Formats: sequence, C-alpha cells, structure tokens
Amino acid sequence: MPPPRTRGTALRHRLAELRGPDVPAKALDARALAALAANPGCRRRAILDGAGVNKAALASALGSPSAFGQSQFALTRGNAFEAKVKADGGAELLRLVHEKLDRTAEPPAHARVPELTATGPEGRTARTALALREATEAPGEWTLLDHPMLALDVAGSPAFLEPDAVVVHPDGSWTVVEIKSFPMLDGSADAAKVGAAARQSAVYVLALEQVAARLNPAPRVRHRVLLVCPKDFSNHPTASAVDVRKQRAVTARQLARLTRIEDIADTLPDGTCFSPELPAAELTAAVESVPATYAPECLSACELAFHCRARSRASDAVTSLGRSVRAELGDLTTVEGVLSAARGESGDPDDPAVAALRRAARLRAEALGREAVTACR
Amino acid sequence: MSLISTLARLEAVSTGRAQPAATVRHRRLSERPLVFVPLTTAGEAGAPLGALVGTDRDAPHLLVVPQPRDRDLRFTFLSELADVVLPYIDAYAVDVEAAERNETDPETGKRVKVEVELCANAPQLIVPSRAGIDFVRLLGRSMRFRRTAEQDPETPYPAPPRVPLLGRWLTHFAERARVPGSSLLLAMTDVLARHWATGQSTLEDQHLGALLAWIDPPGGETGAEAALRAELARDRDGQLLCPPAGPATDPAFDNKLLAPAIERYDRARTALAAAEDGLQADDRLGDLTTAEREIRALVASRTRPTWDAVWRGLDRLRELPEASRVEERWTRDRWSFTGHRDRVLAGEPPQPRRDDAVTAANKLAAREREQARLEAQEALDDPLVMAGRRLSGEAFAGEVTEVVMAYSEGKRPSPRPLVTVRTDDRPHLGERAKVFRSLGGKPQSAEFVGYEGDPEDGSALIVLRVLDKMGRGKEPEEGSVPEKGDELCFTLFEHEQRGGAKLPDPEQTPWTHGGPPGEQVPEAADALTEEDVL
Amino acid sequence: MTTVFDPGAAATEATDAILRDTLHGTARGVVVDSPPGAGKSTLVVRAALELADAGRPLMVVAQTNAQVDDLVLRLAEKNPELPVGRLHSSDADPYDKALDDLPNVRKSAKAGDLSGLAVVISTAAKWAHVKVDEPWRHAIVDEAYQMRSDSLLAVAGLFERALFVGDPGQLDPFSIVGSEQWAGLSYDPSASAVTTLLAHNPELPQHRLPVSWRLPASAAPLVSDAFYPYTPFRSGTGHGDRRLSFAVPSDGSGPDRVIDEAAESGWGLLELPARHTPRTDPEAVRAVATVVRRLLDRGGAATSERSPDAAPLTADRIAVGTAHRDQAASVRAALTELGVTDVTVDTANRLQGREYDVTVVLHPLSGRPDATAFHLETGRLCVLASRHRHACIVVCRAGVSDLLDDYPSTEPVQLGTLVKFPDGWEANHAVLARLAEHRVGWRPG
Repeated sequence: MPPPRTRGTALRHRLAELRGPDVPAKALDARALAALAANPGCRRRAILDGAGVNKAALASALGSPSAFGQSQFALTRGNAFEAKVKADGGAELLRLVHEKLDRTAEPPAHARVPELTATGPEGRTARTALALREATEAPGEWTLLDHPMLALDVAGSPAFLEPDAVVVHPDGSWTVVEIKSFPMLDGSADAAKVGAAARQSAVYVLALEQVAARLNPAPRVRHRVLLVCPKDFSNHPTASAVDVRKQRAVTARQLARLTRIEDIADTLPDGTCFSPELPAAELTAAVESVPATYAPECLSACELAFHCRARSRASDAVTSLGRSVRAELGDLTTVEGVLSAARGESGDPDDPAVAALRRAARLRAEALGREAVTACR
Repeated sequence: MSLISTLARLEAVSTGRAQPAATVRHRRLSERPLVFVPLTTAGEAGAPLGALVGTDRDAPHLLVVPQPRDRDLRFTFLSELADVVLPYIDAYAVDVEAAERNETDPETGKRVKVEVELCANAPQLIVPSRAGIDFVRLLGRSMRFRRTAEQDPETPYPAPPRVPLLGRWLTHFAERARVPGSSLLLAMTDVLARHWATGQSTLEDQHLGALLAWIDPPGGETGAEAALRAELARDRDGQLLCPPAGPATDPAFDNKLLAPAIERYDRARTALAAAEDGLQADDRLGDLTTAEREIRALVASRTRPTWDAVWRGLDRLRELPEASRVEERWTRDRWSFTGHRDRVLAGEPPQPRRDDAVTAANKLAAREREQARLEAQEALDDPLVMAGRRLSGEAFAGEVTEVVMAYSEGKRPSPRPLVTVRTDDRPHLGERAKVFRSLGGKPQSAEFVGYEGDPEDGSALIVLRVLDKMGRGKEPEEGSVPEKGDELCFTLFEHEQRGGAKLPDPEQTPWTHGGPPGEQVPEAADALTEEDVL
Repeated sequence: MTTVFDPGAAATEATDAILRDTLHGTARGVVVDSPPGAGKSTLVVRAALELADAGRPLMVVAQTNAQVDDLVLRLAEKNPELPVGRLHSSDADPYDKALDDLPNVRKSAKAGDLSGLAVVISTAAKWAHVKVDEPWRHAIVDEAYQMRSDSLLAVAGLFERALFVGDPGQLDPFSIVGSEQWAGLSYDPSASAVTTLLAHNPELPQHRLPVSWRLPASAAPLVSDAFYPYTPFRSGTGHGDRRLSFAVPSDGSGPDRVIDEAAESGWGLLELPARHTPRTDPEAVRAVATVVRRLLDRGGAATSERSPDAAPLTADRIAVGTAHRDQAASVRAALTELGVTDVTVDTANRLQGREYDVTVVLHPLSGRPDATAFHLETGRLCVLASRHRHACIVVCRAGVSDLLDDYPSTEPVQLGTLVKFPDGWEANHAVLARLAEHRVGWRPG
C-alpha cells in the first residue's frame, strides 16, 4: 500500500530543501540505483541520491572533485554500436532474443516497433505502459520497445528509468535487453562489467514487474535478460542470456530498505542544505551531519569518494585501508589505536584481538631484525 | 589480510612511508628486461593507440597509431612492435644449454631420460600494471589467428609477415603470467605491492604512480601527500600531472587533447587525398606530418612518465637481494620459454581459442602446484613471510632444549631421535602431525609427539620425533640431528610439491567430459569486416 | 481429498527407481541428489551390494579416506562375506585400523593386488594414479558434488558406467588459484563433477531422495526452503515423533532458556549484545561452551522413532560447529575448562556427512565487521544447520541481519555459467528470520 499522499508530499518538499533553492533534482537512473544497492550501508549516499543531489557538483564544491568522466571515443563507439544493433527495425536484436531466449517461438520475421515519444518522463512512462499492454494483448507477435521509460518508486518518489530496449515475446512475456560496448571475446566478457550490467538490468526487471502487476492477467517478466555486446574484435553484435534472479532479489530488498531516507532526513538539523552554491565550509558541515561508510570500493562507484576518503583518513579510520583490514581487529577502529595496542601501550591483553596484534608485532619485529632474530632458514 | 601485513600498512600510514612486506626479492628481474607501456583507445576492444617499448631506459621506441580506427595504421603499429619484440625474444631462443627431461617412450610406454635443449636464459616482459598484462593477452589473441599474404593469398586484409608470430608469443607470455611465481611477464604494480606495504588499500595500490609515491616519496613529502598528487593533481589545462599507467587513458586527455589532434590529422589526410597537384600535395603532406607529429608528442607525453616510473620501480626492486629459491622457479620459466620456442619451430598451429578439457585440467593442476610451491618457498626464503605463517599457526620457531636418542622397532632399527623445542608460537598441531625443517635445502620431516610440561612463561615445549634424512646406518649422520641450543624453524606445510596424477591424453577424453575432441582442425581466423577495430 | 504423505513409501519408491536405473538401465550414468540425512550412505551400500550380487565388478570412488573407511565398515557390517578391497596410499597410517579386524577386507597400495575382488574402494586422489587395461563394469562415485571436474576427468576412464551420489547443498569444491579463464566451459576443471557430467550428458536419469530421516519436522522445511529452493524434501518424521526433555529444570539463565526453547521448537538463538569482535570472540566462545555444559548437566533425554525408550543425551550425541579452525580450537579449550571432553567440535568442512542429536553452532557472521564470500557461502551454513536430529542452537551477536544488508552480493558474473542457487545472502536472511522467532537475548555476566 502506498504511503498517504501527504506524507509523500512532505518528504518531497523536504528533499527539495536539501537540494537547495532552484536546484533541479538529478534523475536517479538504473546505474545509480544499482550502485546505491552496492553500498547500502552508506547513509550519506542514500540521502544525497534520494534527494537528487548532483554529487559530482557537490564534490567539486567541497574541493574534492570526482575523477569520473567519459571519453568521447567510448561514447561515439557505444552509440554507433547501439544504432547498429537496432538498425532495420531491430531485426538483428530480435533475432538474438529469439536465438538465445525463446527458440521454440516463431522466428521474428517482422516485429512491431511502437512509437514511444511523449512529453516529459511521466508522459513517456504512460506511453510505454500503454505500448506494453497493447503488445501483450497481441499474441503471436514480436514487439520491440526502443528506449521505453519506466518508473520505479524509490523512497517515496518516482525514479525514471530508460532501458536500452524491452522485447515482448509472442507468448506475451517481456525481456529486458541491455546493450553494452565491451566485447564478448570467444564467448566470455569482463565479469565485473557483466555483473554491473546484471545489477542494472535487475532494476529494470523490478520496474517492469510493477507495470506487469497492473495488468490482468499479469504477463511474465523474464528473469533472464539479454546482454548484447560486440563480438570479438568486430562491431557485429553477439549476445548472451544472463540470469538476474540473484541481483533482482538483492535489489528488491535494498530498495525496500531505502524507505529509511525519510528517517535519515529527520535526523538532519533544520536548514541543512547541499546546494553547490554554498561555501565549502558550510557544505562540509552539512555533509558531515550524515554519516558515511567509506571503503576503497567507493572510489570507483561514488562521486563523493575522494571527499569521504579524506575525512576517513583524517579521522584515522582503519577502514580507509580496506574493509577486510577490520576483520581481525575487533573493537579497534583507528590506526593509532591499533598501533598503540600492538606496542603494548593500550588495550586489554586478555582481548584476543589485542593479544593477536601483539604477537603479530613481535613476530614482525623479529623478522625485520628490529629485535632478537630467530634464524628461520 | 594477515595481521602482520595489516600492521605494516598501519605503520606506513603512521610513518608516511611504505614498510617492507618482504626482506628479499621473490621474483627474478632480468638484467635486460623489455619494458612495454601500451595505451589503448577508449571504447574499442583493444585497439592500440601507441606504446613505449624497449630495453634501454634512455631510448625507448615510440610507436603511435595516429588514427586508431585505420586498419593499415594499426598493422603498421603491430609490425613495428614485432620488429622490437621478436628480435629481443630471438636473442634468447638461440642461446641454449644441454639438459635432460623425462619423457614417455612411445614404443615401450616407459619413462626415459631424453637429452634436450634448454634455453640458457629467457626474455622478460614488464608492463606497468595488471591491466597491462590483460592487454598483452588481448593483443596476442587479436594477432595470432591473423593470416599473412604468404599464408593465404586470398585473405582480404593480410597481416604483415611477423604479426601472427608476435601474437603467439604475446599469448604465451600472458598465459605464463597466470602461473604463480613465474617471472616471464610481470606487472610492476604487482611486484612492488608484493615487496612493500603502503598506507593505502590494495585497490589504490593498482595505481603505479600512487604506489611508487609511498615507496619512494619525493623529498620531504609523505607518501599520502605524494600519492594524492599522483592520483588527482592536474595542470591548468585540466590534465593529470601523473597520467594513468594505462592502457586506458584519462577521459580528459581523450576529449581535450587527443580528439582534436586526431581530427586535425583526419582533416589533413582528407586534404592530402584531395590535392590536385604535386605542389599542393607537398604542402598538405607537410600538414599531415605536423598533425601526426602532434599525436606522437601527445602519446609520448602520456607514456613517458609511466615508462620512467617502471624503471624507477625496477631500481628499487634491484636493491633487494634475490631470494634463494627464485632461481629454481626461473628455471621453470626457461623450460616454459623453450617449450614454446620448440612448438613454434615445429610448425605447430597457434594456441587455440579455448583449452580442451584435458589441457584445462592440466593447467589448473600445474598452477595449484605452483601456488603451493610459491607459498612454501617464499616462507622458507624470507623470515618476514615465515612470520606470517607462524602467526597463523602453520609454522613454529624456537630453541632445541633437549635431544634424546631413540630408535625404530624392527629388524634394522633406524634412528628416530626425540627433539624438544621451546617456542612462543602456537602451531595448530594435530595428533601425529608431520612437520618439516629445511636441512641443507632439503626438507627433513618429523612427527609431533606431544607437549611436555607447562612452562610458566606462556611458551610451549614441543616434542618431535625426527623421521628421515639421517642416512642409512643405525647411527645418524653427522649434522643430521638437531642439537641442544639450535634455533630451528619447523613448518606444518610441505616444502616440495608432489606431481599430480597423469590425466588421459586429449584423444582419450572420457564420456563424462564430452569424449575425444575429434580431429584437430586449425582455428579459423576471425571474420573480417570493414569496420573491425583490430 | 488430501493425500497423506507417506515418507517411507516415497523413499522406497525413489530408491527402487534408482536401483532399477543403476542395475537395469541403459544410461551410462545415474545421478542422485541427496539432501542432508536422506539415507545416502544406505543407498550407496545397498547399490554396492546389489551390483556385487549381480556379479558386476565394482569400484567405489569417495573423496576422503575417512569416507572410504566408513563405507568399507558399512559394507562389511551388511555383508561380512563380501570380498572388499581397500586401495590406500603409501603414506603412514593410510587407513582406519578397524579395517584390520575384517577378515574379508584386503588392503593394499597397489590396485593389482586387489583385482578380482567384488568391490574395490578408494579415494578419487588414489584412483587417479591407477591404470587399467580393462575398465571396471561399474562405479559408484560418492560425494560427487564435492568432487571437482578435473578429479572426475582423471578417473572416468577407469569405469564404463557409474552411479553418482551427493548432496548439492553442501560446500562446493574450490581451487586455490583463479580459474576464471575456463568459466562458462562445460568442462571447467574447477566446477563440480556433476556439473560437468550433466553439461555433457543432459539425458542421464536424475533422481532425488525425497525424505530426510535425520532432520526433524521442525528443521526440514527451513533447510529445504533456504538451501534447496528448487528441489524440496520432507522430513521422515512428524512433529510428535521426536522429543527432547531435561530432568533438571531451567535455572533461568540465557543458556538454559535457549536450551528449553530449542527442546520445544527444534531451534534456538542465543543472542549476545552487538559488538565487533575477532573470530575467537571470548564471550561467544564461552556462551557456546556453557550451553554444551548445561546440555550435559541437565540430564537430557531424546525420544525418537528409533526406540520407544528415551536415550540419554550424552557427550557423543552433541556437536559444536564453527566456520574457522581457530574458533573450533577456542571452543575446545573453553570446554576443557568446563570439564567437557568428549563433545565433537569442528568446522563445517569436517562436519559434512555427520549426524548428532543436538548441535550448537557459532554463527559464521557473529561479531564480524564485514561479510565476505567465505562467510556467505551457502554450503557452510547449510552444513551447520543440518547436522541435528532434535535441535540446533545458534550462538550469535546481534546485528547480523543489518550486516547482511550492508554487504549484498555484488559478485562478478561469468557468462555461460549456471547461477548457483540458493544465493548465500538470501539463504542467510531466511535462516536468520526463522531463528529470530526463537531468540533468547543474553548478556553474559
């Protein structure tokens, strides 16, 4: 059941305040949602993304600009490849869907490609939903939805998502198609990139399932998506079915938890604002008012990472060296705390973490000849 | 991460300098390595943009593809690369020594010793980072199935003569790099991170500039400051002061400098093609040369800092003495190199796209064996590595407090002395667990008998029964039994690796694994298309 | 109309079909999935005896020496006359000394010494060194899901056809080096033997033992749902068939209350206050030891379908399971301090295939600041949660559910590989949700 309207409106209002006057909300796309789900413990990221704050602009205003960017070569190549995949009314794309996912169906000799243009994201979402319904009600036909628009409720406000394509099969089931420009070389591809594509597709699957649930009978949204990539060293498309059930389950659970955004918002002092127009000191204070869980993995996923890393280092946190570092340190969380415990200057010797640290320090010193050396050859 | 390496990292944070993670060097460094710093074009599957390559740190070869989408220019690049790399490899292929190898006699099926050639030394490729190794593999894959005009006069886009051969060699190097402890192809970041612990995470250690900043910070600066500069500092044009070690380039470089330069080059080329007379052509050729020179300068400016960093890393690594068991592993690299040389000479086809079931299983088994060997050898060579094994209960060191002679039962009693060792370590010794110590470079085994008494200082008295390496007689050979007062180190892991089971020949692949793969057909070349990137 | 599930009949039917396919079928292989306690060993012994009766020379491949010795003992128990060969390594103490008391069991390190015997049993590692001119007519491959594909490759040439038996829910085989380059290949050497076998021979008959005789009615549905979502199984016993009672009443402490909860419901969660700790968390270790001590002190008695009389809950009927060896060592030390000596304490890997009345488990994620793939591995939790006939008591720090949420699986995805189900992350959540219903909070004094 959706929350009462007034509450949703109040939250939206509050989030707009956090962005700052006249700062437009940055749309939450599937990539951002998937990244959000990858570090869900970070409240800072949750509230900034939830409020639609432009984190890249914020990072620059804080004096720790992000290092993200896209090369225009990659962009050009990506666009050219997608155009090639979708040429001729998507003939090649549909052939791949048929071959990889639905071989028993009639081959897609011709397919419907409904017009999806409309005004504004809401309009396009409605147009997509209509096209999906019509396609589902036309059994025995293939339908290709090129850049449809889907809405997914994220923390009380809709996020608009634009998959590369959605295909409606002759049996009325729906498939998400993701087109990427990294190659499939001899049938395999960069596993980290495929994993990211799978998480992104899982978000689309969830959004499609919400559309499907409003139809009666609800059509099946397939949990195997089609990943289309260039084959080997050519620009010919090839494809592989990717099972996204796991990613879908994880993302669904994470999105459900994201409703805590309003709880986070409630903990912020009145007047907190993340507008990049504000002076750096004021912004730093605003950002500091909501805790982050920085880990080095953030560097490749979040625009704010260099700022958070600097803060994490300044506070002497051991996790700035990696999450795994903490595994054997028990309650000790600061660099100086660990080192002084290892030197025997602090800590309870009966604490197994402290005892192990001291043994490690003794063995290390011995091996480096800083104390008595035991021949060990 | 073990607590010892965690401590080293934290000490690095606290002192502002990388701390030792090894006391000796665990990889072979050739006296004349071939350093290769490649760059690739964003968004393309391994289309090279350029490279610095060579064995002379002061005079690298600069190779550039001014328009990466142009097949002919790419072939020129690969051909030039072959001209540098293949002579380097060939120099090692001709210098051989006699060696023996066990082979199965095809007639009798027995194992016999065969006299063979073993290359006296092997070439060594060094790239800046792990991504560089992947790029070497990708280049190898892209070239080894190419056809030259000589091989196939009909082929629409013949590759220059030595390009397929270079592809086979790069493939071999990249495949060998997957074997733990091998040194034929090394990534500088991996080797540096093996020997030093920095005050940053392992992820950040993948950045060669930042890693070196911790190991070798410029005067007065802390590692953290220098690393931050290496990661992020930009000039007034928004370009990174320390360009990424590649092969990927910084998007700001692509968009602001490279793209306009390539555009100028394209325009100059089009203009030249449209020239109407010789004079005009001369002029426009001049423009084209200028445009090309500009791109070369750009590529040089992005690769030269990395090139210098790799050599600086080599300097630092050479300061560490080589560990004693590195030589043995390097000999395996020489065998690997010689083996591939022989396959090339015998006219065998290039490595297939995919391993068959038997080859895959053999490779996995060999790598697991090499991993175990590497872990044991590094610990035996390096007290700091051994300290980690002692901390985790896989080894213990201490003083011999008592030796009691004892003998085995039976008709011919052999010596089985009982040795008591006092240690502060806490090994995970199970009932009758086997332990090993190194005796003249060979493992001597002993058996855990039990703990003795309960010393008050928290140390333990461990009683062991020595089992072997004491000679054939009733009395042990001189020096083969520990003596009271000896400082010894015993490991719970074995020092040497047994060979695995022999797998069936590929033609004998059983039904559970798809049966025999059938007649070997030479792999087809990749399909060629007008817009291929490689 | 409702049909009453008759576990005995369902199990018999499954076993009959398996033996029919094995003895009279035409397929070269038969695959049997066996959930925890579904009678896998009984099936292997029975199939071996029937194949021997039919005069077909049989080789049996198991994964560890302990499994091999156990099978030999079981075979000899069922048919002391059967000539059995135990092929062993040339190491010291290569087999269980108990085998020396069996007159019809011949032991040798050479396969040639054992030729002509009805059944020859050894480990996969030892079989890999055996060479034969004439392959065995039949083989049984035990624990086939824990066997690696390359290990099957080394022995598959020794037999013509085989029965493959194993538990798909337990710990997967692993390799100590990367094997990504073969991911997606049907014969990926690091995959399980069954994965490769079925990829190449999808038409082979596949069976499933549908009934767990070990797990009580309180545990089977949870273990089945969480770890075998697409291949469900049932408990062979009903809710009233087993009872755990204690002569000494609860003293009101946390350990006693969780014991009573587990005796009543089959599950108990002793939850300690949230805290980040090293693996050998002294409080948690002490709590585990205290629970064991109280289980013994309170005069437990277990009633089951096996006998009308209650059997005393003795030390040998209790086990403690941990994720890491150092945790097991700490628990052993803590138990020794409390004067308990005969209780089995081991890691999940070593508890595979074993069975107890009551298990006490130190949750793999208890007190951890992060959740790694090792700790999330489904098989580990599955093994720990499925060793008991009566009750399972889990000791854990609070906050694991939040920890799980903060470390969702973001694994890389290899094209062409089958997605392994269930997902460790989800299975952990499912088990925690169930345990939360049987929670006893405790702050050790």
